[in-house]
Amino acid sequence: MKAFWRALRRNRLALAGGVVVVCLAVLALLAPAISPRDPNRPDVKKILDAPSKAHPLGTDQLGRDVLSRMLYGARVSLAVGFVSVGIAAAIGIVLGSLAGYHGGTTDAMVMRLVDLMLVFPRFFLLLAVLAFLRPSIWTIMTVIGLTGWMSVARLVRAEFLSLKEREFVLWSQSIGATAFRIIWRHILPNAIAPVLVAMTLGIPAAILTESGLSFLGLGVQPPHATWGNILNEGKDAIEIGWWLSVYPGLAILVTVLSYNLLGEGIRDALDPRLRQSVGRIVSRAR
Amino acid sequence: MLGYALRRLVLAVPLLIGITLISFFVIHLAPGEPTDLGTGDTPVQSDREVRERLRQMYGLDKPLHVQYVNWLTRLVRLDFGRSFSPDARPVLQKIGERLPITLLLNVVEMTIIIALAIPIGVFSATRQYSRFDKVTTIFVFVGFATPDFWLALMLMILFGVQLGWLPISGLRSPMWEYLSFWQQQWDFAGHLILPILVATFGGLAGFSRYMRQSMLEVVRQDYIQSARAKGLAESVVIGKHALRNALLPIVTVLGLSLPGLIGGSVIVESIFAIPGMGQLMVQAVFERDYPVIMGNLVIVATLTLGANLIADLTYSLVDPRIRVAARRGRR
Repeated sequence: MKAFWRALRRNRLALAGGVVVVCLAVLALLAPAISPRDPNRPDVKKILDAPSKAHPLGTDQLGRDVLSRMLYGARVSLAVGFVSVGIAAAIGIVLGSLAGYHGGTTDAMVMRLVDLMLVFPRFFLLLAVLAFLRPSIWTIMTVIGLTGWMSVARLVRAEFLSLKEREFVLWSQSIGATAFRIIWRHILPNAIAPVLVAMTLGIPAAILTESGLSFLGLGVQPPHATWGNILNEGKDAIEIGWWLSVYPGLAILVTVLSYNLLGEGIRDALDPRLRQSVGRIVSRAR
Repeated sequence: MLGYALRRLVLAVPLLIGITLISFFVIHLAPGEPTDLGTGDTPVQSDREVRERLRQMYGLDKPLHVQYVNWLTRLVRLDFGRSFSPDARPVLQKIGERLPITLLLNVVEMTIIIALAIPIGVFSATRQYSRFDKVTTIFVFVGFATPDFWLALMLMILFGVQLGWLPISGLRSPMWEYLSFWQQQWDFAGHLILPILVATFGGLAGFSRYMRQSMLEVVRQDYIQSARAKGLAESVVIGKHALRNALLPIVTVLGLSLPGLIGGSVIVESIFAIPGMGQLMVQAVFERDYPVIMGNLVIVATLTLGANLIADLTYSLVDPRIRVAARRGRR
């Protein structure tokens, strides 16, 4: 663990990413306290005002303060990132460990399901599912989670395949430990490192997906402020209000970049060997 | 080789059935009545009307397995039903007229990505930590993090609104009919520049990264050392011995990243108002045109499966080891 922190601290880019990630989380949590205005209060006298002292990032078509809306939007992005990755990781860990530990038919079935899910272009599948559901922040999180577990399942399975042959597993089996106990108490803790890396890299992917859906108008619904929603509205005012299009996009870019840098830093610090396998499997599922 | 191809083809059949199963599952995903919903916009049709049409179309009052078998028999005959929108045209026809432009865009993007990513990857790997390598690494990280819809907006502001160099929506200018043949081609190409630029950006970042990684691994191998040791020119060592082996994993990655690329058409086509499958999908979701949504989903997944198959076969063509292993496995 100490070696891990030392390695992570030496990686300046990862450190910078980590600092930005923490700052964003703090800003999002404190949004109600620090936003200069009510994010949803329209003001007819200030429609599409350019950035000024009163409104550092300008106002939108309804005269709402863009800075406040972006602070509240950060809450949505972070919530979506964490919750959907949590769902994806839970499914991936359960299916991946069952497949890896039991092998045989279970393994074949899980891996065929993974192959199958990967055949669907994710955006088409997401849109098809969302067409049948009422879009809310919870459906978005669930749907992103349900379509994003494949890389975790593959990683966990791969780890289990090599770990289950190790002596400590054979010993537990020989003293009659149940499969559940061996999976949960003995193998999983040893397999968790690549999963954590995959989760850190999964959060920005989920944020990108959510903002893309919201941008199309099929994600979190207005008047709820999200970065994607602001961009969606900015698209219609593209010739007058450039600030509506520029800032939320920059926010997404910086957030995603920071998580990616942090994730890659954690990966390299945990184990340089992971560099290839995790990177390959994670980005395959993109 | 033929045997290997046939076996891959047979293996694709369960996946094809799986595609229909998942799509069928999606219809039944909604809690309660699959018809009793809204997409946030004002519904184009009343709930009751939609429900009645869906019931007729999918036989929603019959038992599940009967519904599925009925639906599947229609799919096999390529009958995707009729669109719910007022024109009520067959879904297949609607998709058919939008497929070519989406395919064209994706093929052009893929070609550009491959043509640029391979040299970029090779150069940054052979000159690791050089200035070129550092610049491309930054490009890769930024490329991964840039939302494609935002990049599209920025390019539209810059080239469309500020500079006025390029058209920002559709495929043709309003006065298209009055142009000469070559002007028409030029006009069409101009409309495609921004969408293709946006769609290649992210993919290019990913692929040049893979190529670099793959090349770095190969260059460390013993046979590269021996190629150098026997006095071959560096260009031959890299361009022939190393490159061929480094390209192998790329073929697989190529196949696997196709769904992502095709999925990207949804956003690119919506923003630039290109009448392709992605735009059709978004419109259908807004209009709650369920037959079109389901048809789109099944067809896109099937196309991706086909493309994956081609990538697999290409892989076996370029890597003799696969063919040998396949032949041994059969004996």
